[in-house]
Amino acid sequence: MSKFGGNSKKEVPQPSSGSLSDIVFMLLFFFMVTTQMRETENKVVVKLPEASQSVKLERKDLASYINIGTPTRQYQAQYGTDARIQLNDSFKTVDDIRDFIAAERESMSEGDRQFMTTVIKADEDVRMGIITDVKQELRRCSALKIMYQARRPAN
Amino acid sequence: MANKKKTPALNTSSTADIAFLLLCYFLMTTTMGSQTGLSRRLPPMPDANAKVEDQKVNRRNIIVVKINSADRLLAGSEAIDVSQLKEKIKEFLSNPADDPTLPEKTLTEIEGYGQYPVSKGVISLQNDRGTSYHAYIAVQNELVKAVDELRDEFARSTYGKAFDRLTEEQQEIAKKAIPQNISEAEPKDVSKR
Repeated sequence: MSKFGGNSKKEVPQPSSGSLSDIVFMLLFFFMVTTQMRETENKVVVKLPEASQSVKLERKDLASYINIGTPTRQYQAQYGTDARIQLNDSFKTVDDIRDFIAAERESMSEGDRQFMTTVIKADEDVRMGIITDVKQELRRCSALKIMYQARRPAN
Repeated sequence: MANKKKTPALNTSSTADIAFLLLCYFLMTTTMGSQTGLSRRLPPMPDANAKVEDQKVNRRNIIVVKINSADRLLAGSEAIDVSQLKEKIKEFLSNPADDPTLPEKTLTEIEGYGQYPVSKGVISLQNDRGTSYHAYIAVQNELVKAVDELRDEFARSTYGKAFDRLTEEQQEIAKKAIPQNISEAEPKDVSKR
C-alpha cells in the first residue's frame, strides 16, 4: 500500500482515441475489397439447395442471373405466390429471356461472349417444370453454359 | 515571436465517426461471399429442319436416371434411393469386372499419359415437370460426386496424389480418362400414362 499509495490520487490519463479511426478505416478497406456491389434487389425469395460438390463461379463479371422463386411478401398481392422468374429488377416470363440474354451478350466484349455463364438461381422448392422451360429457352438462345447455383453444406 | 506559439492539435475524434458511416454504407450495399454451384453445359438445340435421327447408342452404354414428380428415383431398371445412386453410377462408369451389361471401354490415346480404357458410358437424366428442384440438384450432386471420386481414384493410382493436388495438365488427363457424360435429356411428359 505504502509503495503505490501516493499514485492513487493521480488522475488516469485519457486513452488516446487517435488510432480508433485507423482501425475503422482498416475494417472499411477490408469490406471494400472483399465484397461486391449488390446489383439488383431480390424480388423473389430464394433459398438455395445444398450441393456438396458445388464449385466456385470463375468469372463473376461474365455471369448473368436468372432468379426463380416465389415473390416476396410485398409483391404477393400483385403476382401471387406461384414461382416467378425475375430478370434484372422485374418479374418476367419465359419469353423475355431471349431479350435478356441478347442484352447481356451485347454488354460484354466480343472475346468474352463465349464464356458467358447463365446462373440459374432457383429456390429449392421450385418445381422442375419452370426450370425446364428456362433451360429450353436458353438452348434456343444458344446460351449453353449454365450453372445451377447451390450452396455448400456447412460442416 | 508570435509564431513560436504551438499550433493546436486537430481534433481527430470525429474521423472515426466518419469512417464508421462509410463502413455502414458499404456493409449495406454490398454482398459478400462467392457464388458456388454446379456447372453444366446444355446440348445445343437441334436444327428445326434437320431430320430427327435417333442417335444409336448401344443399350449397355447408357443408364437412365429418372426422377418422378414424387422425387422418387429410378436408375437403370430399379427404383433406388439417392444415397445408393453414387455407388451405382461408379460401378456403371468404371465397370471393373468388364461385365457385358455395363458400358464398353475403348482404348484412347491421351496426350501425356498414353492409352487408357475410357468408358463410353453416358448418364441420361430425365425429370418430370413436377420434380422438386432440390431433389434434382441432389441427384446432380450425386452424379458429380461419383465422377469426382472416380477421378480421385485415378489420380491416386497414377500420381499418388489427390485430384485437387495435381497440376493442371494432370487434371486435364484425369478429366479425359474419366469424362463426365451427363445428358440432360429433352423434356418428356412422363405424367401421361
